[in-house]
Amino acid sequence: MKYVDEFRDPELITKAAEEIRRLADPNRHYRLMEVCGGHTHAIYRFGLKDVLPPNIELIHGPGCPVCVLPMGRIDDGLSIAMQPDVIFAAFGDMMRVPGTHGSPLEHKARGMDVRIVYSPTDAIKLAKLNPQKHVMFFAIGFETTAPSTALTLLRAKAEGIHNFSIFCNHVTIIPAIRAILDSPDMRLDGFIGPGHVSTVIGCRPYEWIAKNERKPIVVCGFEPLDLLQSIMMLLTQLQKGEAKVENQYKRVVPWEGNRAALRAMAETFQLRPYFEWRGLGFISQSALRIREEYAEWDTEQRFHVPGIRVTDPKAAQCGEVLKGVLKPAQCKLFGRECTPENPVGALMVSSEGSCAAYYNYEHRKGNLLTTISASA
Amino acid sequence: MSAGAKLGNPAPKIRFREPQIEMAHGAGGKASRRLVEGLFAPLFFGASAEPLGDAAHLKINGAPMAVTTDSFVVKPIVFPGGSIGELAVNGTVNDLAVSGAKPEALVLTLILEAGLRTDVLQAEIQAIADAARKAGVRIAGGDTKVVEHGKADGMYITTTGLGAPLPDVEINPHSVRSGDKVLLSGPIGDHGITILLARGELEMEGDLRSDTRSVFPLVSAVIREAGPGVRWMRDPTRGGVATSLNELARDCGLGVILFEDSIPVHDAVRGACELLGLDPLHIANEGQFLAVVAPEVADAALKSLQETPGGEEARIVGEIREQPAGSVLVTSLYGGSRIVDMLVGDPLPRIC
Amino acid sequence: MCLAIPGKIVEIAPDNPNSALVDVVGMRRRVDLGLLEDDRPVPGDWVLIHVGFAMSKISEVDALDQMRTLEMLGECEAAVQEVRGYGLEEIEDKAS
Repeated sequence: MKYVDEFRDPELITKAAEEIRRLADPNRHYRLMEVCGGHTHAIYRFGLKDVLPPNIELIHGPGCPVCVLPMGRIDDGLSIAMQPDVIFAAFGDMMRVPGTHGSPLEHKARGMDVRIVYSPTDAIKLAKLNPQKHVMFFAIGFETTAPSTALTLLRAKAEGIHNFSIFCNHVTIIPAIRAILDSPDMRLDGFIGPGHVSTVIGCRPYEWIAKNERKPIVVCGFEPLDLLQSIMMLLTQLQKGEAKVENQYKRVVPWEGNRAALRAMAETFQLRPYFEWRGLGFISQSALRIREEYAEWDTEQRFHVPGIRVTDPKAAQCGEVLKGVLKPAQCKLFGRECTPENPVGALMVSSEGSCAAYYNYEHRKGNLLTTISASA
Repeated sequence: MSAGAKLGNPAPKIRFREPQIEMAHGAGGKASRRLVEGLFAPLFFGASAEPLGDAAHLKINGAPMAVTTDSFVVKPIVFPGGSIGELAVNGTVNDLAVSGAKPEALVLTLILEAGLRTDVLQAEIQAIADAARKAGVRIAGGDTKVVEHGKADGMYITTTGLGAPLPDVEINPHSVRSGDKVLLSGPIGDHGITILLARGELEMEGDLRSDTRSVFPLVSAVIREAGPGVRWMRDPTRGGVATSLNELARDCGLGVILFEDSIPVHDAVRGACELLGLDPLHIANEGQFLAVVAPEVADAALKSLQETPGGEEARIVGEIREQPAGSVLVTSLYGGSRIVDMLVGDPLPRIC
Repeated sequence: MCLAIPGKIVEIAPDNPNSALVDVVGMRRRVDLGLLEDDRPVPGDWVLIHVGFAMSKISEVDALDQMRTLEMLGECEAAVQEVRGYGLEEIEDKAS
């Protein structure tokens, strides 16, 4: 696969790992946060922790749009879909996320019309194919996905499709990073910056992290060589005492972002004054809602939304894991009451959630590295 | 740890506590396992903790016989590379083959939905007849029921297969040893991705066909060459290679190491999996099998497979080690590794 | 946040300039080009696909540049070592 395989070349990965060992100061313990859940997933899926020296610690950030959604919002969406002739349409990522009375898939087993879509435009197609029903698209994602929802909304309007609405749960990444930096428990040396969000917002929005907080941030791709190269770039900055924004993912991320995408978002969305994030509490100006002019396609305007608020079980430490204060295995429920099959929180069921990634890919490895390299 | 019989590491007692059946219970992964081991096994087999295999080898008045059954529920019923009728024959034939038996006869049950078109049914009957002939098995009988419209996705088929256990072969996960090699007969993921695309919900297309076929000729090639050195075999259907190997790891208490770069995957399957965020190791296959063989016969067994028509893409894809005990670990050429678990429910496409 | 895959534009729909057929190693899917209306791709271009939309064009130049940087890792260091090695040999030759 072009633009994928070359960035997974085993020889180059080995070389990059050696370079990282050379660059890392053995007397220093580095704490680098990868903000984006997609990076967390990639790190575990490619086993990159096995090739990094032990003094580089990767802290998992809150960039998982499913994980940060409070359970109450899922309950809200499901309660609307329980009405007759409503189809609940969402990405596969949402299907196993637990609501108070079960996940969307569990609701489907009980008779709710639940459909998996790969693209928000598939939801419009569903609306066209089912004129007697109302299709509610449960929209999630950071700025990577919001423009696609925005364009879909504009298309629905242009094509005069009225049996369609969007339950908008898009959130923005900068407030999440701010919340991390404001957290008193957090000590970080630098950031592995979100790659795909940056194709939309560009690299400028991160400048305050370098200027005001004096932390280096490298916008990073998702293949093993991208991650390793970004770590190299962070180490080099740290060695020189620098703090700047760098773009490692140049082949895809334009420094200025994607103007057409930002235009579509500005046309259809506005910032909510505040929004509740699981584990991080209420954050102002951190989430999107649909503009008044498009009220007809806004689920929250067309339907009564119960506004259910659900507190996480006390023992669940989703918030601390989301902020990177705790590692997944340090949560008291990890692997016991909370597993991918019986998730208490979304971090265990979302493919980007750090608990799921750790549980699925890592936690049974034990002290394997010595065993494998000894017999290789 | 000694290399002898694994009396330690018994699987923890599983109880089935769920109040209702979900789709996940049929997906072939963890939920299915819980249903079978927690609800069915205690009532059918009592306290005996024999690992469940693909077919049961019995003795009826001293005569050895292998028997197995499987049901086929697939939508759409016709897809590139095959149809439900072919799956129904090959699936059961393959369960017999990987249990170390020569498939001889099938009986089948048809549950038909009222409103099913006769020409569609006829095409499936023809497909069953053709597949049986190709696999060298007799259709010995069957039963038909009709249910109301909307209750059977067109048709459901169950086949029960009978076979003759082959001499000099004993498939038993407890005979697996550290150092044994894992063989795979060919590329994975073709069937599952073909079905996913054929459902038409994902607006994706590619030149993919189901790999449904009888694997008996290939199994025979391995047995001929390796005979007593064949420790374990399985056909990785629902839940994929990952689920089958996790079952093995759990049953034998050892670790299964897979070499990521050795696993054969067709480009189109890879492309679909990358696009949908799926792992080929979790995708169903209908024409492949895994074999764990003693290291001294592994190369010869592989050669024999590769020289048999249909086995050209066979590979040694891994080996058995002491650790990680009870788990499957995938390693890459650069030293990175990840655990790969049994499937939880059906693989779901993801965007994140 | 997340899953975005490179694909090659095979053809633009004749009746809709915002719709293209994209190929990912033999898998084909319709993709919406609406987010690239300021810089429309043409058949043969590679784009990054996320939820059925093209998010960005992939720059071959930048990709090759990145590969070259990675391939050169360790080579600068090795080159310096070699030069140092030549220096020492000369001195030893003169001394003996």
